[in-house]
Amino acid sequence: MSELAALALIGDMLVRATPLILTGLAVAFAFQAGILNIGAEGQLLIGAACSTAITLKFGHTLGAGIIIVSLIGGSFAGAAWAAIAAELRTRFHVLEVISTIMLNFIALYLVSFLVRGPLQEPTHIYPQTETMPLYARLPTLLSGTRLHAGFIIAVLAGVAGWWILQHTAAGFRLRAAGKNPSAAKIAGKINIGRTTRNVFLISGALAGLAGAIEVHGVTFALYENLSPGYGYTAIAVALLAGLNPLWVIATGIFFGALEAGASALQRDAGIPVTIASVIEALIILIVLAAGSIRSLRSLQSSIVSNESTAEIA
Amino acid sequence: MAEPGPVSSALELRGISKRFGNLQALSNVSLVLRPGTVHALLGENGAGKSTLMRIAFGMIKPNAGQIRIDGNVVHLRSPRSAIRAGIGMVHQHFMLVPAMTVAENIELGGRGFFDARRSAARIRQLVEETGLILDPLARADSLSVAGQQRLEIVKALAHHARVLILDEPTAVLAPAEAQELLTLIRRLVQTGRSIVLITHKLQDAERFADDVSVLRDGKLVLSSPVADVTVESLARSMLGPERTTNRTQGPTEQRQQHTSITPVIRLEHVDVQRKSSPKDLRNISLEIRPGEIVGVAALDGAAADLLRVIAGRYKPAAGKLITPIRIGFVPEDRQRDALVGDFNVSENFALRDSGQRRGRMPWPRLRREANALIDSFDIRAQSIDTLARELSGGNQQKLVLARELSDNPAALIAENPTWGLDIQATAEIHSRLRAAALDGCAVLFYSSDIDELVDLADRVFVIRDGSLTDVERGAEAIGNALLGSSTLT
Repeated sequence: MSELAALALIGDMLVRATPLILTGLAVAFAFQAGILNIGAEGQLLIGAACSTAITLKFGHTLGAGIIIVSLIGGSFAGAAWAAIAAELRTRFHVLEVISTIMLNFIALYLVSFLVRGPLQEPTHIYPQTETMPLYARLPTLLSGTRLHAGFIIAVLAGVAGWWILQHTAAGFRLRAAGKNPSAAKIAGKINIGRTTRNVFLISGALAGLAGAIEVHGVTFALYENLSPGYGYTAIAVALLAGLNPLWVIATGIFFGALEAGASALQRDAGIPVTIASVIEALIILIVLAAGSIRSLRSLQSSIVSNESTAEIA
Repeated sequence: MAEPGPVSSALELRGISKRFGNLQALSNVSLVLRPGTVHALLGENGAGKSTLMRIAFGMIKPNAGQIRIDGNVVHLRSPRSAIRAGIGMVHQHFMLVPAMTVAENIELGGRGFFDARRSAARIRQLVEETGLILDPLARADSLSVAGQQRLEIVKALAHHARVLILDEPTAVLAPAEAQELLTLIRRLVQTGRSIVLITHKLQDAERFADDVSVLRDGKLVLSSPVADVTVESLARSMLGPERTTNRTQGPTEQRQQHTSITPVIRLEHVDVQRKSSPKDLRNISLEIRPGEIVGVAALDGAAADLLRVIAGRYKPAAGKLITPIRIGFVPEDRQRDALVGDFNVSENFALRDSGQRRGRMPWPRLRREANALIDSFDIRAQSIDTLARELSGGNQQKLVLARELSDNPAALIAENPTWGLDIQATAEIHSRLRAAALDGCAVLFYSSDIDELVDLADRVFVIRDGSLTDVERGAEAIGNALLGSSTLT
């Protein structure tokens, strides 16, 4: 393989990793707080749709500054989409596993309506929006590759996420609420409802940001199959990282490599892309199995220690 | 109570030894359960009581020793073979299927067809015979804790158990229920069954058992008829000569000087709406001064609801409530409500007031303070990075108490502060509470153990039928006030 092709492949891997890191962070944050947000996919799509709409509508007045406005707008849109599930859970005790999955489908069909209706490109032939002007695109980091500045945002988000969880009071509340809501409430006087809402908003914002970055860095337009299931792969990314934001950066890149490599394999060796999905599924199963083996072991050792070593002092 | 018979035994353990890793859990323990008697097995947590009984129930294999039932040597490979040999065991944590009825729970694991009517008839007959009142058609999750325990006992009897092992059966019961259960146990042995009663309550052993054995550090230190021992001699053999503490030490006189000072906690005509029970608390008035230890007794969790209102966890339905800003709270269920098991010691320490904290967590300072607390409260943890769930119950409770007292609160509210702890840990918690009161902290606690109320409190209140009454500080007076003289037998 030539040096140039290798470089392009690395670029591809990191481009793929960008939305995986951000949605992986969205899932990790929610899971850390005991909230099973399966809706990163929908939040990503809404973020992408809103971001595209903002750019196409106001891009000509703001110039390059539209990128920042649009990324913020996309994050807010993702957070708003997650807020629906948050309200359903805190007010009506609707399980977020169900509501977020349902909201994924609503988001998908909403995008599909938008690209055939209000946001369709002027010729009304293709089910997609107009392409974004050049100034509204995220700058490329490495010439000769598709690697864009969004990757840096994703890495920074991972580091910031780790810092928030470990070193801020809000992050501490989030972890306490996830590990033992009862003790968090009674011993820590933590407002569980408010913590839950905030976590939904942060999680949705991260996924929405992933969508916004995807349209500004890769697709430059909104269309139905914008995401090949980033929001679902994100669950594997987050679980493999043990829900640690710093590790999410690493596992996001790993899964990015897997998917980028699979496309190259198909192109060069005729091996179907689905091999990547098979490997991803296997990884989830192995992670889950390892987790249950570990908890079984600790259960056994705690039985033995209660049996014997307890209070020999 | 029967005279000790020379040879006959329902269950005999001979020279049982068991090692776990490099820990000798049991060494050469022998025990004889005479037919038709209650045999109390005493010992602190970790003394080996449960291990010994799990060996008798076939759950654990001993490294050495012999088990005889009715004089015949048996080899127990599993609980199933123990049940077949006529041994039944009621564990501290019940093993019931909540969604199944009493009858279904009892027949679970049987063979052939399940005939609801025949099974119900069989259970009714057992209920009649033993006095363990149960409705065969009630769902297990609709039973009270005492009811679930009766179900466990009837389940063992339905499997034709002649030897019944009860693991700390009174630990989960309110005092009145515990008395009732122990009375029923006496009745059971009159039907020819034999019972091993694991407990760490000396009074229960003294009053309801025929024989008593004491384990300490895996060794049998005493085994004799109850007639030959006293509560004091049992305590001595349980704790060992060097660790015997004066448990009946009363409240110190030095605190009386505080009584003239203005109260830190004041309730005026407070109503408390109750979640768990239809009976609300009405018109509660109470004053607690600095340095006072006030105890509350109640049968059905009413005290917990009142204490949580005073601790600021719930709002009162009506009335005036004055409490200090700095107030410590020790909930009853430490694993559920006080500690995050997967957090380490310093994180659990940081949990206090984390709801109000802004900005960054000052970890270096929090960890320094946590380290100081482990030392001053003698919490046996390897380090402040040890997970809370890896600590023993006593150390968990000390951690909770250390945390809640760490900012020298003006008042401390504690629910059943020594629930499930052994004598040593209980004594430590008591002395911590007394020390806090000496420092001027107003301590309000409730306890389901009347002896603890008498030991620890300066003043005792009883909640009954939704109202609070002042009672004399004595076991009998509290018991009468709790049950009402009409229901007293």
